[in-house]
Amino acid sequence: MATTISKPATLVGKGIRRQEDPRLITGTAVYVDDIKMPGMHHAAIVRSPHAAARIAGINTEAALAHPGVVAVFTGADVKNLGAVPCASSLPGLRVPHHHLLAQDRVYYTGHPVAVVVATDRYVAADAASLVEVQYDPQPAVADPEKALAAGAPAVHPQWPDNTSFTFHQEGGDTGQAFRDAEIVVKQRITSQRLIPTSIETRGVVAEWRPGEKSLTMFTSTQIPHLVRTLVAGILGMPENHLRVITPEVGGGFGSKLNVYAEEALMCYIAKEIGKPVKWVESRRENFQATIHGRGHVDYYELAAKRDGTMLGLKLKLIQDLGAYHQLLTPAIPTLSVLMMPGLYKFKSISADIIGVFTNCVPTDAYRGAGRPEATHGIERMVDILAAELHMDPAEIRFKNFVGKDEFPYATTTGLFYDSGNYALPLQNAMAQVDYAGLRQEQATARAAGKLMGIGLSTYGEICAIGPSAAMPAGGWESATVKIEPSGKVTVMTGASPHGQGEETTFAQIVADELGVDIDDVMVVHGDTAVVQYGIGTFGSRGTAVGGAALFYALQELKAKIKKFGAMLLGSDNVSLVGGSCVDDATGKSVSFAEMAVAAYHAKTLPPNTQPGLVATYFWEPPNFTFPFGAHIVVTDVDRETGRISIRRYVAVDDCGKIINPLLVAGQVHGGVAQGLGQALWEEAVYDEQGQLITGELTDYALPKASFMPLIESSHTETPSPVNPLGVKGVGEAGTIGCSPAVVNSVVDALSPLGVRHIDMPLTPQKIWKLIVQSGGLS
Amino acid sequence: MKRKISLTINGKSYTDEVEPRLLLIHYLREVAGLTGPHIGCETSICGACTVMLDGRTVKSCTMFAVQADGRQILTIEGLAADGKLDPVQEAFWNEHGLQCGFCTPGMILSSKQLLEDNPNPTDQEIRHGLEGNLCRCTGYQHIVNAVRAAAKAGA
Amino acid sequence: MIPQTFEYTAPQTLEEALGLIAGGDRKILAGGMSLIPLMKLRLATPGEVVDLGRVSGLNGISENGGVVSIGAMTTHHAIETSRVTRAHCPLLAETAGHIGDVQVRNVGTLGGAVAHADPAADYPAALLALEAQIKLISAQATRSVAASDFFLDAFTTALEPGEIVLEVEVPAEDQSEGYSYEKVPHPASGFAVVGIAARIKKDGNRIAMARIGVTGMGAHAFRALAAEKVLENGGSVADAAATVGDGETPNSDLYASADYRLHLARVHAARALATAISRAS
Repeated sequence: MATTISKPATLVGKGIRRQEDPRLITGTAVYVDDIKMPGMHHAAIVRSPHAAARIAGINTEAALAHPGVVAVFTGADVKNLGAVPCASSLPGLRVPHHHLLAQDRVYYTGHPVAVVVATDRYVAADAASLVEVQYDPQPAVADPEKALAAGAPAVHPQWPDNTSFTFHQEGGDTGQAFRDAEIVVKQRITSQRLIPTSIETRGVVAEWRPGEKSLTMFTSTQIPHLVRTLVAGILGMPENHLRVITPEVGGGFGSKLNVYAEEALMCYIAKEIGKPVKWVESRRENFQATIHGRGHVDYYELAAKRDGTMLGLKLKLIQDLGAYHQLLTPAIPTLSVLMMPGLYKFKSISADIIGVFTNCVPTDAYRGAGRPEATHGIERMVDILAAELHMDPAEIRFKNFVGKDEFPYATTTGLFYDSGNYALPLQNAMAQVDYAGLRQEQATARAAGKLMGIGLSTYGEICAIGPSAAMPAGGWESATVKIEPSGKVTVMTGASPHGQGEETTFAQIVADELGVDIDDVMVVHGDTAVVQYGIGTFGSRGTAVGGAALFYALQELKAKIKKFGAMLLGSDNVSLVGGSCVDDATGKSVSFAEMAVAAYHAKTLPPNTQPGLVATYFWEPPNFTFPFGAHIVVTDVDRETGRISIRRYVAVDDCGKIINPLLVAGQVHGGVAQGLGQALWEEAVYDEQGQLITGELTDYALPKASFMPLIESSHTETPSPVNPLGVKGVGEAGTIGCSPAVVNSVVDALSPLGVRHIDMPLTPQKIWKLIVQSGGLS
Repeated sequence: MKRKISLTINGKSYTDEVEPRLLLIHYLREVAGLTGPHIGCETSICGACTVMLDGRTVKSCTMFAVQADGRQILTIEGLAADGKLDPVQEAFWNEHGLQCGFCTPGMILSSKQLLEDNPNPTDQEIRHGLEGNLCRCTGYQHIVNAVRAAAKAGA
Repeated sequence: MIPQTFEYTAPQTLEEALGLIAGGDRKILAGGMSLIPLMKLRLATPGEVVDLGRVSGLNGISENGGVVSIGAMTTHHAIETSRVTRAHCPLLAETAGHIGDVQVRNVGTLGGAVAHADPAADYPAALLALEAQIKLISAQATRSVAASDFFLDAFTTALEPGEIVLEVEVPAEDQSEGYSYEKVPHPASGFAVVGIAARIKKDGNRIAMARIGVTGMGAHAFRALAAEKVLENGGSVADAAATVGDGETPNSDLYASADYRLHLARVHAARALATAISRAS
């Protein structure tokens, strides 16, 4: 770092408790559903009970006649408004026009058909059941491979092959790699559909102010500015007349990294009825109509030498897109392809993506977004290869890692890995579990007929998303730092944290840089009328991009403060020390507050200096960052029931420099919980007719406290050269590292029975059936 | 037909005319204006709506307001009514037992119940005692730490 | 998820309550842990609801002459923690502790659970194993039905229109008995995929009495009579467990197919029996 730090870092690196918590632990935080406005109406959405149907007619009379109902809107009302946007573009991408409300057809169960607006939430719900929609059900297809089969029902009649796009990416010479190979292993690996399930569902409150011709929308989102730009576009209104406010957000995990029909609909309705309107999603709606994640069927082929040297990897990736493209739907599998090489020195990669329409809710970014799928695939394949070669899974990894002195490392997928020491986390994790001892214990357990597994994953991820060149709508982030006349500091960040804790980590950075008390720093976010512009919080970018923008804004501000200090001290040789400006020669100093007052009172100004103390920085990252790590999971499988218990979960993650270890630990734990959810319990299941069977939390199993093992989390710290903070990002690491370690462990446990792969989730029933099939029960 | 109910919430008396079908959570949030308890599901699974009724935790989304007539309710807002945080709140703060905060009001009240029933719980007992509350952010580990810390502090 | 409108009455006395439900068309609200979710999903849309929550005399646990009487409105939490149940019918206390979660146990009631007769409910297994009597009352009469005659089908019991559960009478378990409730909870709902309630009385090394109740397996809970016989005739736990579910049509769902469920029932029957035997003196 070239910049002088004004005083020794006292807060960065410390696990201090969060600035945002007092309001959250006392029930005084304000989420969307907590907002009440005079005259506020309530909307209820009528959704399709069919996965595919023609709409023969809609009768809204009874609903309209219901006391308290003020309006009912159907597809005809919004036909001429813009479409729900897809920001991703791929060559030849087929994009169905995504109306805000269904027109003459519905394409998935939960597809919005009409909106009922009433004076009261209960009345709106009553009236919604009075809207009569005549459906003419059509054949549906919910499985992506079935959708590709000849004669499958067409999701969109204009594209009978159900293919939205195909995409080929190749690096190196896979033909040569496979010719050079001494062994090729192949496996079909799925990554099932998941429901992100933020505990707060989505919700919108919209208010139209006719005098100002302006709309204010409160929405539970990760990307307030992008929502503003894109919703204004849908409505055909100037975006500077739309203010988007993101109050407290109760979790997103990618599901709120989107622009949804309901956001535009509520804005439209508020204007139409001239009253504020609120819509809050029920859990059932959340499961049916908020994006899902994953939905991969992957066919892998891995070419290697018999000594374990991996040469090339081929992938056919079938992505279940659902019925429409949401904001980033088609881009997610391309992220998988980017991360295919993992931490290994592949000479060649070849991938073909087939994006498939199904009669299901769209898939899109869910924690990890493309990278867990890739990591799961490659980490499974490495284990399968190791098993074929009778090599230890750790040994084969050590053999193929990119070396610690090979950075920046150019991958065959066109990335430049920033920095790393890939062997170190694995060495640490192995030492922590006494890997050799564990293997001995396993041999003893096996001899006694017990099914004990040891699973590794060494993952890499692509974070700090990302350079604008790689992003549909810019990949920079912004920060404004304002020193108020009283000396208090206000930060306005374009990142839109929703639980990650940047009100604290950013305040830690500010406190250290400016030498002020952390409690004098306020971090403001999520209001487009206050924050300059921003991209948002997703892709492990909040601190790695937003924090870096803040850092640079602080340097500009410090240069300016110093000028005022120099002026007040009458010296050219001054330094900032601990919030004061000190004359290097005399040791005389002026306080932070004195300089702030001087800047605002502006009785005299330093040469070529404007009054005020505000700096704004839009930082464009030169590269992604590439965190990495190693997870080791020890499992015991109950031979009788197929039940898996996790004996140990060891995670050694490297997310670069750590600003707040307490918060980093929280991110790792939460990430692992979601990875474990995918590995063991969670799956969005649609039946043949496209009905979502796992339609409520009574059917879709989220990890509970008693399901979770103790996560033994530690870190190595390899700074990233990409940003001045040296941070890499940690929001998704746990999720990405987890699922392959768990599955590798369970496959390892079952390997004496001849099992070589199991698709997630590893439900007891699935494991039991494998044990039975192998004759292992006898 | 609306019915008149009178109840005490966080030590304060409330009397209102409500529809029998009005759920307690909606009464608390929309009539009494206490938005600390949240709605995270409607099937009595997630526990975000947890409040205490006559000293025991209940899921207020699975109870009609009329059932609470004449009874005592404690919501998260009433826990630090005198401005001093409850030891459980303090422990959640210290141990980073929350991220997005949406499940937190229910989680804190359930933790309080847990410690009232079992002042010195093992980690396993803590995990089982919180089975009625879902958190999607924390992986529960810091929540378990918080409850353990609160127990140590004599909450 | 908003229930439809309904008329609501909260009688204070049993007579009043029985009068209100005499016609048989009013829905009875006990703890509401099953009914209210159904009403919110509008799978139940009663026009009139009678809340038993304020009826005096329906709540309480007492032991008299070797019989534990538990009022219909007694909560799962009370049954789980009461000194009387823990001393005299620990199997029921243990079973109650497996229902739902703490918040559900604080509100849900024995009478409500029994009358709802969810095929995956926990109590029926224990009540069958305990050979409990379910006392029913209507405006006209009181009668007592053995648990084995009470659970007729999924969500169907011997309750007649106009009748409610008054109390459940459980013959006190002998102090020397061993007991166990073994449950495989559904990971999302917490309901029993299978639940096995077992009681064992030993006579030296011989099993003098075995009682096994099974829930989650079929349309309603049942006694594993064949398994009981095997044990009482000196057969092994494994042989006994292997007969559990014979002749039943196991439920099948996403989490557990019929064959897996049957297998789980047998594995957990063996485990429940092993625990019960180890606890018997």
